Amino acid sequence: MSDITKQSLSSLVKNIKDRKLSSVEITKAFIDRSEKSNELNAYITEDYSSALDKAKKFDQKPNLDLKLPGIPMAVKDLFCTKNIRTTAGSKILGNFIPTYESTVTQNIWNEGAILLGKLNCDEFAMGSSNETSYFGNVQNPINKNLVPGGSSGGSASAVAGQLTPITIGTDTGGSIRQPASFTGTVGLKPTYGSCSRYGIVAFASSLDQAGPMAQNVEDCALLQEVISTYDPKDSTSIDFKRNEYSKELTNNIKGKKIGIPKEYRVDGMPQEIDELWQKGIQYAKDCGAEIVNISLPHTSYALPTYYIVAPAEASSNLARYDGVKYGFRARGDDLIEMYEKTRSEGFGAEVQRRIMIGTYVLSSGYYDAYYLKAQKVRKLIKNDFDEAYKKVDAILTPSTPSSAFKIGEKKDDPVSMYLNDIFTVPVNLAGLPGISIPAGHDDKGYPLGLQIIGKAFDEQNILNIAYSMEEKIAFKNNISDWWIK
Amino acid sequence: MSKNKSEYLISRKDNQYEVVIGLEVHAQVTSKSKLFSSSATKFGAEPNTQVSLVDAAFPGMLPVINEFCVKQAIKTGIGLKAKINKRSVFDRKNYFYADLPQGYQISQFKNPIVGEGKVILDMPEGQKEVGIERLHLEQDAGKSIHDLDPENTFVDLNRSGVALMEIVSKPDLRSPEEVSAYIKKLRSIMRYLGTCDGNMQEGSLRADVNVSVRSKGSKDLGTRCEIKNVNSIKFMQMAIDYEANRQVDLIEEGKPIDQETRLFDTKKNETRSMRSKEDAHDYRYFPDPDLLPLEVNDEFIEKLKTDIPELPDDKKKRFIDKFKLSSYEATILVSDIETAKYFEEVIVKMGKNKDIKLAVNWITGELFAILNSKNLEISQSPISAKNLAILINLIKNGTISGKIAKTVFELMMDGDKDPQKIVEEKGLKQQSDPKALETLIDKIINDNREKAIEYKQGKEKLFGFFVGQAMKASGGKANPQLINEILKKKL
Repeated sequence: MSDITKQSLSSLVKNIKDRKLSSVEITKAFIDRSEKSNELNAYITEDYSSALDKAKKFDQKPNLDLKLPGIPMAVKDLFCTKNIRTTAGSKILGNFIPTYESTVTQNIWNEGAILLGKLNCDEFAMGSSNETSYFGNVQNPINKNLVPGGSSGGSASAVAGQLTPITIGTDTGGSIRQPASFTGTVGLKPTYGSCSRYGIVAFASSLDQAGPMAQNVEDCALLQEVISTYDPKDSTSIDFKRNEYSKELTNNIKGKKIGIPKEYRVDGMPQEIDELWQKGIQYAKDCGAEIVNISLPHTSYALPTYYIVAPAEASSNLARYDGVKYGFRARGDDLIEMYEKTRSEGFGAEVQRRIMIGTYVLSSGYYDAYYLKAQKVRKLIKNDFDEAYKKVDAILTPSTPSSAFKIGEKKDDPVSMYLNDIFTVPVNLAGLPGISIPAGHDDKGYPLGLQIIGKAFDEQNILNIAYSMEEKIAFKNNISDWWIK
Repeated sequence: MSKNKSEYLISRKDNQYEVVIGLEVHAQVTSKSKLFSSSATKFGAEPNTQVSLVDAAFPGMLPVINEFCVKQAIKTGIGLKAKINKRSVFDRKNYFYADLPQGYQISQFKNPIVGEGKVILDMPEGQKEVGIERLHLEQDAGKSIHDLDPENTFVDLNRSGVALMEIVSKPDLRSPEEVSAYIKKLRSIMRYLGTCDGNMQEGSLRADVNVSVRSKGSKDLGTRCEIKNVNSIKFMQMAIDYEANRQVDLIEEGKPIDQETRLFDTKKNETRSMRSKEDAHDYRYFPDPDLLPLEVNDEFIEKLKTDIPELPDDKKKRFIDKFKLSSYEATILVSDIETAKYFEEVIVKMGKNKDIKLAVNWITGELFAILNSKNLEISQSPISAKNLAILINLIKNGTISGKIAKTVFELMMDGDKDPQKIVEEKGLKQQSDPKALETLIDKIINDNREKAIEYKQGKEKLFGFFVGQAMKASGGKANPQLINEILKKKL
């Protein structure tokens, strides 16, 4: 059984289609491993028994034309799942059971996949280490007491630890790419408007985007193909021609121009990150790509811009969690006291901090200086990319400024925590696609990732570059199963 | 007419004050579904039966604009002769309340869908133009119900998310009468357009009233107070009257007027402070990131223009030009689109030899009276336009007298009966045969010889007595004009 969970998604799909494995066999294998992996704390809610029922049902009448036939899968607990508790990692939604399904997860079930359970994440996706979750922090399968990154920390841990063959996360400022980088896995943040936001608990509406997290680029392409659909229920969903990303995947990237932005060489960046980047440039060259030095002059403003725009939207998006309609409610003598107690007890410290920041930057007298200014800078950041893409087809950067850190190490230092997102947030601000692929290890043996940023709607191109480089890099994740007794 | 005569001024000792009023009217868009969801909008449904996941702000739910509501707003803008903004933006207005599920209202703050326009009022002293500042689309909130339970407040979200048009006037209004005329005109235009039913009892039309006062002749605006959510014209007028006098008293006492939001207490007929400027909400408006800017092109607007019916001002002009109505008569007939339709149908049904003046008198007199007494809309009139036209023609061609016509009119109400048939069945036809009338009058003069002599000696008042006698003798059917002529000749 154990070797089932080591297989990639693509190989599982092939084995099902070739009738070499049944959905029940695969589902059982992942449930068994998940049950032995409680110490990772990757799950918030398990749904194993109905997963097995669904697998049995699938095997009775298998539809092998589907893209994810009978494949079990756990998803980030930010996606609303019909009749299955959806918490967003928060106490305030601790008892919330949706009566509806997010478009992205519905797309997945429509292609034959089966829900294993809901994966841990930072509360309302606000965090870079999965330590803000009301349901406890998540362990990184790479090493004990190492954060898996965040906010899709449970998703990254579950994929790296082989608790699920593949998963979906959400990425507002790096929440897919940073944990992918920390766990030696592949994570794609699609173009804004590519995947529907309908039914995803909102953090920052103009930045949030769902995306696949996988063991390899091919799996990532296949899942992206499934989840990316135009959805009239999301007014920001864009109706563009979507590729069959996995079918059209190619490792031929000869002549592709890849930009290296000088502004990403930030002060105090560890040498090993710089070395990884240089190695990445060499890999790209080896793949036949042409390297072009470019400039993205407003890069240094991206982080402060992000930490104005995202909290501003969040402060408004989270106003609905007021104890009136659903979720946690604390008792109060009047409406105001009920609000105060519900939101003080229901939200954790990081969420409260961001609500405060967001409320402040939107306040009268501060709006122009913060929110409006940030919107203008956001436009400049986007323009930087537009200019760069006149010269290059994609951009190569490190995914994160460091490898995974220890649990608790940055918990009380929000600014140092926020700096984790320095290479990923410009991509969200510009609405572009970005993929993180594992590219090496630091001196402690922890994985490090490289990020490839593409033009809007050009997921196929960055998947191809990632696919090509993946072959050259030949990364191996060192998972010792330390948590399995 | 002197303009000063109807001027609304507040006098204290030697000082006269002018009142400056601006209105923010909230008009519910006539639409089967809500502004950003597909829930129904029917009035009076069981609580919380017209609520979608979007209206109740469930996690991950997203608004999707209702194109029909956008069309309705643009049509209203066209009706207000206003600038239609091809690009408008939905913003979030953030505040906490139990009946506001999202914790914000989606509204339009900086970039409304409709810009400046105007409304023409027909006042007794002539026309007055009131400027429209803007019209924007926004969501209504739900309803908190505090009086069902001693300890709990209940929330009904049926109204949550219903589309409203907020129509903001310039501070151009100067009296409660003008406010009344403005609301009526606005309502009339929207009913013509079918964009708002204007039903104030059901809350489809309500207004925030901004009131300030200044010394007569001054050009500066005084400090204003906003009276929130007044839902009848009468209450608006009462509130303005109270509030203007309150402000004048403060000025006379040398006290400052605080800019604040006030509530009108309909039972006590007074306004009272709700919150001061310092306590005003900071709504933290910002563009709703769930919605893209709303963009419409010229073609879209032009197509809507072809859907616009003849509006009250144009109709009034046509009625005056074509039917030679007075401005007053035309104003009454066009104020409600159904009345105008009824009137025009009567005109058509009267055929060639028609008496338009008579038709106007019957519609605005007898018909309005019975509609009022029975509390009916003209669309529910018990007498059809066709039958009223026949009745008027019967008067016009002398078949019946105006007096008999009133009797016939009464009888017509029972099942919209054909007046021709009533006249025939009841034998109400007017006696217009001069010979028969002469015989009748000869007998009356004979029977009242002494009075006839008195009349001849100069007691002219007695003429009426003879007319009365003749009418009585004919059972009211005698043609009064002929009676007059014959009597004059014979006496």
